[in-house]
Amino acid sequence: MTEERTKEAAETVDIWVAGTEEPQFSPTEEGTQEIGTEESEARLDEQFGRVVDDDYIFDDEVDEDERMIVNMGPQHPSTHGVLRLQIELEGEIIRRTKPIIGYLHTGMEKTAEQLTFGQGPTNVTRMDYLAPLHGELAFSLAVETLLGVEVPERAAAIRVLMTELNRVSSHLVALATNGMDIGALSMMIYGFRERESILAFFEKTTGLRMNHNYIRPGGVAADLPPGWKDDVGAILVDLPERLAEYDDLLKDNPIWLARTKDVGVISDHECIAYGITGPPLRASGVQWDLRKAFPYSGIDRYEFDVPVGETGDVYDRYRVRVEEIHESLKIVEQVMDSMPLGDYRIDDRKVTPPPRARIDESMEALIHHFKLFTEGFKVPAGETYAAVESPRGELGCYLVSDGEARPYRMHTRAPSFANLQALPIAMADSLMADTVATIASMDPVMGDVDR
Amino acid sequence: MSELNPILAGLADAHPNVSFETPHGQLVARVPREEWLVFAAACGDAGFEVCVDVTAVDWMRQRRERFEVVANLLSMQHRLRLRIITTAPRVDPRVDSLVPVWPGANFAEREVYDMFGIVFDNHPDLTRILMPDDWEGHPLRKDFGVGGVPVQFKMSHQVN
Amino acid sequence: MATTPPGNLLMTTVERAANWARTRSMFPATFGLACCAIEMMATGAAHYDLARFGMEVFRASPRQADLMIVAGRVSQKMAPVLRQVYDQMPDPKWVISMGACASSGGMFNNYALVQGVDQIVPVDIYVPGCPPGPQSLMHGILTLHDKIMSREIVN
Repeated sequence: MTEERTKEAAETVDIWVAGTEEPQFSPTEEGTQEIGTEESEARLDEQFGRVVDDDYIFDDEVDEDERMIVNMGPQHPSTHGVLRLQIELEGEIIRRTKPIIGYLHTGMEKTAEQLTFGQGPTNVTRMDYLAPLHGELAFSLAVETLLGVEVPERAAAIRVLMTELNRVSSHLVALATNGMDIGALSMMIYGFRERESILAFFEKTTGLRMNHNYIRPGGVAADLPPGWKDDVGAILVDLPERLAEYDDLLKDNPIWLARTKDVGVISDHECIAYGITGPPLRASGVQWDLRKAFPYSGIDRYEFDVPVGETGDVYDRYRVRVEEIHESLKIVEQVMDSMPLGDYRIDDRKVTPPPRARIDESMEALIHHFKLFTEGFKVPAGETYAAVESPRGELGCYLVSDGEARPYRMHTRAPSFANLQALPIAMADSLMADTVATIASMDPVMGDVDR
Repeated sequence: MSELNPILAGLADAHPNVSFETPHGQLVARVPREEWLVFAAACGDAGFEVCVDVTAVDWMRQRRERFEVVANLLSMQHRLRLRIITTAPRVDPRVDSLVPVWPGANFAEREVYDMFGIVFDNHPDLTRILMPDDWEGHPLRKDFGVGGVPVQFKMSHQVN
Repeated sequence: MATTPPGNLLMTTVERAANWARTRSMFPATFGLACCAIEMMATGAAHYDLARFGMEVFRASPRQADLMIVAGRVSQKMAPVLRQVYDQMPDPKWVISMGACASSGGMFNNYALVQGVDQIVPVDIYVPGCPPGPQSLMHGILTLHDKIMSREIVN
């Protein structure tokens, strides 16, 4: 009897009995929204910005009066130094660009004629101040060619070690400023943090964090400090881990890819025509590296690859630089394992100063020291051009001597000077916001450009 | 001459007025000024795709022609470097511009004009590049002084 | 101040308060020119932290900055730009001349550089070095803080 009554009650009365699994009422269709249908999805696309009606950008009926000339620099927050760009804008599109340089012109080539050959590296080192050891190396190689001497193996190996570490530190600054300009502000902090460990090693070896005056004609200024293998080993262990972290941050980041892919494209023909060298050239697909083509300082003894990109956009230049850091670390490891023993500079007392301790003992050593640091050593007359692969490209030194103790003419072929000529090409018909990414990817150092 | 590359031998045959030498193992070609552009174009066709640098030297009174214009060329396909040198006189120094052959010589020639006063014919935009636009004089000439200020040290007598 | 006031109350002079506020969050204007700029960036980075003085925000616009650190060599072409940026900064403003080239022309005693930025703008602190390490620059900045703290606000 009771069962019949409860069964009836369950069928006719729609209430949700507490404690049961699901509500025993059926929802009405009032006020329901349709989702997932095609019309609403299309509206969502517009709202989310997936569909852009860009007929206002590429309207060819804009007349000439719509162009506006905007000045960018020389003082601007993009930390590439004092570069001034005169940009002709049509709406948001850049039509023409003119880079105006000279705001950091220091007259270094005139100063080089007043300094002796021994003082030359102090001058050249301040040109490309992010890769100072490369500048010193180019100058020293030119002087040694004119002198007709060859440095001992240990000096050459030390030079390779220091310049490859310099390449790593310079590319870290490039990554840091690249990231900061595009918006990944933490890359700035990370890049400079990694640099500190390398700069600490440089300070221990050369005495200075930057502008070292370490690679001099005849060898290097001083031998590596005791315990250098531990310092370099620590760098070799820490850096690859951190670089993997930065790859996680940037490499597949959709924002990074959207800002850097197909932005600032330079083709390989344009690169060769404009004399662009270094990572921008390699990112455009040309496999050209002076360390492989015209090896210097015994660098052909070490095994390394030359990373090459495909499209020549900002993303490829970024990848080429990251890969170059890995390759440089490979070279540094090989140098560390195979550092030859011997002299760190040539024995010719007419070129390199005697050790300081000898000055107390020998009159001849005192006279040599005195003459070398006041008058300087004389270099036979002639002219030569020596080039090294700096982190920015081909850094060359054209040196003319007339037999005196001072260069008659010293000219540095600056890689950033030539790379800047590509800016109007890379920025043509692109958006204003891509300018900063393009400049950052060319990585100009204004000290190099203006000298 | 026999060790010279076949490319250079071809160039040497086509341009008899150009003299080749090899100081310190580097290739140098001395070109008369009238043949500068022609020879440069021939080098460009012969495989020197890159003009690395254009610079100048002021020989003042040591040579008959005061200025030397030097262009460093690079051939990536043949792995060769060539340096071509021409001269320019003291009065009204003019040289043909290499920009029609290698657009990358643009900034370098402007720098030579700015620093030495050598005019490049047919250059698209020959203006001062490193010094301010209203600067007078050409700084890297030997008769332009260094322009320094006298440095006074502590405890030294006044320098007038 | 013979008796300590009750509760969370601090008493001082307007001068000390104003000077304290001025030093504790100076915003430097970005005027990094050459190698010293890299050391200035390193000072602002993680290892030698300028943020502990409230100064890690380098203002790009001189209208929002009160400290100009002239970091690097000032060429003849750049000199009018430097003066213009200095003029655009609102009072009170201070100038630190960082490095040998900014202080005196450095090793480049030639036609191309202004031999010391004090020929163009009044300088408060000179930081020597080529380039001065981050510790030297911070010492210069802290000396500037001391200089401001000991100053009268009404000239």
